[in-house]
Amino acid sequence: MIFARNPVHSVLWLILAFFNAAGLMLLLGAEFIAMLLVIVYVGAVAVLFLFVVMMLDVDFARLRSGFTRNLPFGLMIALVLLAEIVIAANAHQAGPILTAPAATGAPVQPNIVAVGEALYTRFLFPFELAGLILLVAMIGAIVLTHRSRGDSRGQNISKQIARRPEDAVKNMNPEVGEGVKL
Amino acid sequence: MIGLSHYLTVAAILFTIGVLGIFLNRRNIILMLMAIELILLAVNINLVAFSAYLGDITGQVFAMFVLTVAAAEAAIGLAILVIFFRRKGSIAVDDANRMQG
Repeated sequence: MIFARNPVHSVLWLILAFFNAAGLMLLLGAEFIAMLLVIVYVGAVAVLFLFVVMMLDVDFARLRSGFTRNLPFGLMIALVLLAEIVIAANAHQAGPILTAPAATGAPVQPNIVAVGEALYTRFLFPFELAGLILLVAMIGAIVLTHRSRGDSRGQNISKQIARRPEDAVKNMNPEVGEGVKL
Repeated sequence: MIGLSHYLTVAAILFTIGVLGIFLNRRNIILMLMAIELILLAVNINLVAFSAYLGDITGQVFAMFVLTVAAAEAAIGLAILVIFFRRKGSIAVDDANRMQG
């Protein structure tokens, strides 16, 4: 993903990574998170990225100018980091994956039922907070990117409210054959 | 047998690719945002793997919150990117010098 020359290809590789992660989570028995990953990440976030990449007419070749200069240093740091994390993760020899029913001895409960029960009882307040975060993000994105055009005909609410019938309506009683003079 | 450490290794590789992406594409904000998404994906894989390993659903709930915050961050980041591009005509990080930082 990070080596692609064309950023559109980069987004497509990102979508592939999301799908692979969703598959891994399916294998772990977390069906709800896997489906959420496909819907939210692939359906919304990746499409948003794709939209922005295609909408902005950016000279991407100029942005790659420091790429080869940073490559050796970045690779070195990445290798050190990777080795460190992998050694730390494998230091304690963990056992096989336990699925939730086997671990608790409870009767088999679908994953989505378990997630829903946890989400709406113990984690109700964080759940509402997550909704609030999404609301703030939505309002923020709209306010940031909104452009009011000069020639648009929006409504002027104070002008509408201040309008009185005596200003707007006039009773006329024209003679037959004559028009109305305004 | 696929164990917990295999999942942790996959997440570590994904995390490292994300960090490398931030390092290599230091002038392109879009690719940096995508690399941050990749890092958060690695975090999610870790959380779900531990959740399945311990038989505790809390990890999956927390992964959902991480996903929410990641989506909100992507939306706000891209909105800021769009208005920055409208103003400067470029998305290079070097051009973000309006505040003389």
